[in-house]
Formats: sequence, structure tokens, C-alpha cells
Amino acid sequence: MTDAAGESVAVPLAVPAPGQRALWARRLLSDRNVVVGTAMLLVVVLAAVFAGVISTHNPTRLDPERRLQPPSARNYFGTDEFGRDVWSLVVHGGRVSLLVGVTTMVLTSLGGIAVGLAAGAGRRMDLVLMRVMDGLMAFPAILLAIALMAARGPGVWNVIVALSVVYTPRTAMLIRSTVLSLREQDYVQAARALGRTEAAIAVRHLLPNCVAPLLVQGTFVFAYAILAEAILGFLGVGVPPYVPSWGNVIASGKNVIREAFWVSLFPGLALTLAGLSLNLLGDGLRDRLDPRLRVR
Amino acid sequence: MTAYLIRRILAIIPVMAVVVTVVFLLIHLIPGDPVGVMLGPDATPAQIAATRAALGLDRPVYEQLLKFYGRVLRGDLGYSYFLDRPVTTALMERAEPTLVLTFSALLVAVVIGVPSGAVAAARVGSVWDRVLMLTALLGVCIPGFWLSLNFIYLFAVRLGWLPAAGYASLFSDPVAAMRYMVLPAVSLGFNQSALIARMSRACMLEALHQDYVRTARAKGLSQWAVAYVHAFRNALVPVVTVIGITMAILIGGAVVTEIVFNIPGLGRLIISAILRRDYPVVQGVVLVTAAAYVLINLAVDVLYAFIDPRIRYD
Repeated sequence: MTDAAGESVAVPLAVPAPGQRALWARRLLSDRNVVVGTAMLLVVVLAAVFAGVISTHNPTRLDPERRLQPPSARNYFGTDEFGRDVWSLVVHGGRVSLLVGVTTMVLTSLGGIAVGLAAGAGRRMDLVLMRVMDGLMAFPAILLAIALMAARGPGVWNVIVALSVVYTPRTAMLIRSTVLSLREQDYVQAARALGRTEAAIAVRHLLPNCVAPLLVQGTFVFAYAILAEAILGFLGVGVPPYVPSWGNVIASGKNVIREAFWVSLFPGLALTLAGLSLNLLGDGLRDRLDPRLRVR
Repeated sequence: MTAYLIRRILAIIPVMAVVVTVVFLLIHLIPGDPVGVMLGPDATPAQIAATRAALGLDRPVYEQLLKFYGRVLRGDLGYSYFLDRPVTTALMERAEPTLVLTFSALLVAVVIGVPSGAVAAARVGSVWDRVLMLTALLGVCIPGFWLSLNFIYLFAVRLGWLPAAGYASLFSDPVAAMRYMVLPAVSLGFNQSALIARMSRACMLEALHQDYVRTARAKGLSQWAVAYVHAFRNALVPVVTVIGITMAILIGGAVVTEIVFNIPGLGRLIISAILRRDYPVVQGVVLVTAAAYVLINLAVDVLYAFIDPRIRYD
């Protein structure tokens, strides 16, 4: 299928019926961005899941005698100022990043669905909810996260909650706008004419059609959350410094950048790889699931 | 235009009301007694009670909120006991470095982003297009604060071309100020240039498919003139919005960049305030930054409506 400009256009895919799942998967897998992004993400996920197996040292064990050793066969990514093995810190740090990314994505999606559906389907709450969302979106995202962390204190769960508060309004706005456009569709009008309640229409007809945009948005939220977690860690207001996380390791590398560039280099590369994989995946999913949003 | 302007200005009132409420609530999100947390374990009950009364925390929450609204409307953001001055004074003292950094980074982002996007679109599908868009993708994914560290290592530590960290005022020593600002501005601006490049490319591609471009080609104009004279000017209109959004994002990014480069701006102010538990300063920085964000968005909308009259009549 081609558009006026002669470029290929994916067929819009809303929600796959059970029989269409194979076709849905085939279409997604025909996108180079989806395949490359998924493969890169798998590398990051597998490294984090099997961190206990592939790490060569205990990431929290201090070894002052071997501080700031350059990369070698013994320490693949060198050691930091406390003699900790950077390779082991990076693979274990991936666990924190992925935990924060996935949980924030799930909480943001649930919060976004609840607020977006309530605003889009129930007109009475729309005005109030959307003004609150506008207000929350008026803060620069990272600054609001910093402020929330300042109030609640360091901790993985606090990071997750702070980032979920920051990113939920964007998802809620997306769900609301999707719901508003769906409300006018004939099949929704027909369901209403048949006497279905607004709640039933929201759950049976509106929500399933929000899955595609939610999936795309969720991928980008995942990427933002991983980056934001690293920034909070780097600033010293994220997960506590003794927990191995990419942001914490980059922060410790900052202090020794003159003598040991490798301490910040490798966790930064891991962060970039994770961000790149999710952005490729998000771009690919958007192109396949919602071609209207594609940046040509 | 006046009606649009009034409508748009009125729309920021509820947004700012939510912003002020959220900033007010920050202090109530502190686990336990916020005054005890602020003063530390050595504070006596009398000191805690006095500070609680001074901050108005002994009043009901709704009363505290109304008082907070009143103070904000009068431009009073509280008093920092740690800095021994009003929060507004502290903010004004630290605003210059943040503003200089934000505008310098914006300049870098626009100078790199807009031409990259335009060239990529004018030569769509070419090697130039692929290289520029791959760079833009990497620009989106590379963490800015990590890029800053690598720049410091390469250009300051290894090559010794630029200072690794620090700040000089543009008004007292412009040459030193520019030398100090190059690395922070480039590392902060590079990320955003990627977004601007992708948007510019999309807008330029759309403009290149318009009828007036076909007419220009039919008149026998060169590809260069068609792309960069006719299409480029029109493609820039939506890019103005992205540049505005970029400016707002840069304010948040500046916080992190200031920490890396040891720039004494609002970013360093808020981080040191967090470590000191100086909550009035934290609230002040967040409030002022959010207000700046809202005002920039307002300015962008007005500018966009001025450039493209169709917006005013929607």
C-alpha cells in the first residue's frame, strides 16, 4: 500500500482479533526498527536477568587495593574509585533501570487509562481532570521528579512513584484524545442506542482500541523512565548510592573522570543502548500501529 | 488576535493554580514532621514549634494553601534560613547562569537541528539523509549528562582546549564566559537539536509536496531555490512550536548540566537545597521554573498565531 508521496504505508491495526494475532505479529516483525529494537532490548534484559551469572565480581564488594584499574581480562570494564568491578556494576545496575522502567510504564499506563477514560468517556469530570493534567505537565518533567524525590527521599519505590506521577498526564491525554475520537464512531453510537451503559461501552469498546497507542506510548515512557532514573541517581536524589544503578555509577565516574574515564563510559553506553533499543522499538510500533503519527 | 490573546492568557490561570497547589503540597509529602526533617535531629521542641509557626504549618491545610496563594501572588516565595535571605533574592542571584546556559543551548540546538532537517528532507533517501537522521536518533538516545562527561574528558582533560567546569559572567568577562559555556551549551543543545532536526525534516518534506512547490519547479527554478527559498520558509512555521517546546525542555535539562559543569545556577541551587533540606528554596525553584515553562508556551502559541493566522480562528 502506498500513499500519495509513494511511500509505503502500514495498514492501521487497532486491536487484533484472536485469529489475526499471527498476522499482527508478522506485520510487526516486518518492521526493521521493531526487529532491531527488540533484539537490542533482549540483550539488555538478558544481561540484567542473568546478572548473577555473567558478573565476574560481587558489585558491592569494595577492594581499595584495586581501585581505578583500567579495563583488562580480570576486570572487563575496569574498576571504580572503591575498587568495585564496573562490568558487574553495569549488569547489576541494569536490573534497577529495567525494574524502574517497566514498573513506571505499567503504573503510567494504568493511571493514564483511569484518568483518560474518566475524562474522555465521562464528560463531567473532563474539565477538572484535564486542568490537573495540564498543571502537572507544566512542570519540566525532570524537575518535578527531582522535587518529588526531595520530599520523599531516596529509594527505588520513591523513584518509581515520582516518575509515574510525572509521566501519567501524557498518557492520560493520549487515552482521552483516542477515546474522544472513538466516541463518535458508528459502532459506539450503536452500542449506546442498544442501551449499553457508559461504563460498559468504555470497557468493551473504547479500552480495547486504546491498546495500540498505549503500547507505543508505553515504550517511550519506558525509555524516558530509564533515562530519568539515571539522571536522579546521577544527581544523588534517586536510588541510594550503595545500590548499583547506571546513574550512580556514572556519578561516581564523574569524580574520577581525569584518571579513569571508563567508570562513566560503560554504564553510559549501556544506558544509550537501552534508550536506543526502546526508541527504535517505539518508532517501529508507532509506524505499524498508528501510521498517522509517523514522522516521514 | 486580541480575542485569541485574551483567551490564551485566561487559559493559563487554572494551569498556574494547579502548579502552585502542587508546589504547596510538596512540603506535605515529606514523611513525618516536615519541620523536624528540615531542622534535623538536634533541634529542640521550642525551635521546632517556632519554625512551624513561622512557616504557618500549625494552621489547617486549607488555610495554609490560601496563604500560600496570597504570598505567591505578592511575589513572596518564603525565606531561606540556610541562605539567610528571601527565596526570591536567592533565585534572582542564580538566574543569570541558567538563562545564559538555556539560551546558548537553544542556539546550538537550532543552528544544528534546522539545517540538518532541511538538508535531509531536500535530499530524502540519500546518504546525507540517512547519516543525519541516524545522528539525530543517537542524539535523542544519548543521555545529555553522560555526553557532558565525555566532552569534559575529550576537550578539557585530553585536548585541553576548553575549561572542564566553572562559570564566568557574560557581563564581566564575555570571552571567558563563552569559553566556559561552549561545552555545557553543546552537550545540552545536541540532544534537543536531534528533535528539531527530525521535526524540521518532517515539515520540510510536507512543504516539498505542496502545490506551490510544484509550480516553482514548473517555472524552471533550480532544486536548490525550490527547496531552500520556497519550501524552507513555510516549513519553518511549525518548527517554531518545536523550538518553543525545546526551550522549555532545556530549562529542565539545564539543572542537570549545571551539576556536571559546576555552574552556579538554579540547578545547583535546588540540588544543594535538597541536600540541606531547605524546602522553601526547593519550592521556589520548582515554582519559578514551571511558571517560566508556562510563559514560554504562551509566547510560542502567540507567536505561532501571529505567523499563521489560521490558528487564531480555530
